[in-house]
Amino acid sequence: MEMIPYTVEIREDTGVNNAKLGIWLFLASEVMLFGGMFSAYIFLRLGAVSWPEGSSLLSVPIATFNTLVLIGSSVTMVLSWVALVENNFAKYRRYLGLTILLALLFLVVKGFEYNEKFSHDLYPATSTFLAIYFTLTGLHALHIIGGVIVNSYFWGPGSKMWSSDPQRFTNRIEVAGLYWHFVDLVWIFLFPVLYLM
Amino acid sequence: MNATAQNIGDHTRTYLMVFGVLAVLTVVTVAVGYLSLPIGLGITIALIIATVKGSLVAAVFMHLASEVKPIYWLLLMTLFFLLVMFVLFIGAFLDQGGTHVS
Repeated sequence: MEMIPYTVEIREDTGVNNAKLGIWLFLASEVMLFGGMFSAYIFLRLGAVSWPEGSSLLSVPIATFNTLVLIGSSVTMVLSWVALVENNFAKYRRYLGLTILLALLFLVVKGFEYNEKFSHDLYPATSTFLAIYFTLTGLHALHIIGGVIVNSYFWGPGSKMWSSDPQRFTNRIEVAGLYWHFVDLVWIFLFPVLYLM
Repeated sequence: MNATAQNIGDHTRTYLMVFGVLAVLTVVTVAVGYLSLPIGLGITIALIIATVKGSLVAAVFMHLASEVKPIYWLLLMTLFFLLVMFVLFIGAFLDQGGTHVS
């Protein structure tokens, strides 16, 4: 089977390997997706007769905790990549495992938040604010779930590549990290926009 | 410790420092939210802090501070098209004279 070229070595014309170029192109499309969703938020708010302050409907302390959890997971993600660069596979698995656990904690807290809203009969159809809140946070949560699936694969079965092609595996973790940091970056904007304004 | 290991050690310290700064800025954003500032000022400060935090994540965790030119061009193009999309939406919004939804 022919290998995809430039997974490890750098292409002369782009200056990066194909995996990195690929993830940045994907992230560019993600910027447009979330950019469109943020635009929807702005124009719905501008056109609304009244708009509730996020903190009157949502729990700021819980969201602050979740923000710290996600930032923490970004650090453990980058440290898992550093561990591979240091040739320390056991450390890599510890940090990536921690990243996955922090992501799951984020989802559990988010699920708790959603459940709390539903128990008070607050649904996406209840108001324009809640509609865009559930859409934006739901789309973000789907990205977290995607990240958990990919990272779990690299923690488990996918990590076999470390023994056969360590450099390529290290690149894969760097690329998975770029995606994960982007998901963190989106939340950094979602948090003040939805909860504090 | 060889040069590469020294480098990695430095990077690890930087990552942990950035984590600290991001955590502090998160708390600052929340604290500013409780100050009951005028809505315009509150939104501006919150967005400035979010931009600083986002830039730190992109520059340090995503290694954009030391990335190659083609990636910068790719991102510049992305931002350009994002701007084009915003302009189209603003045009549509103004064309309707502002949509009123409740």
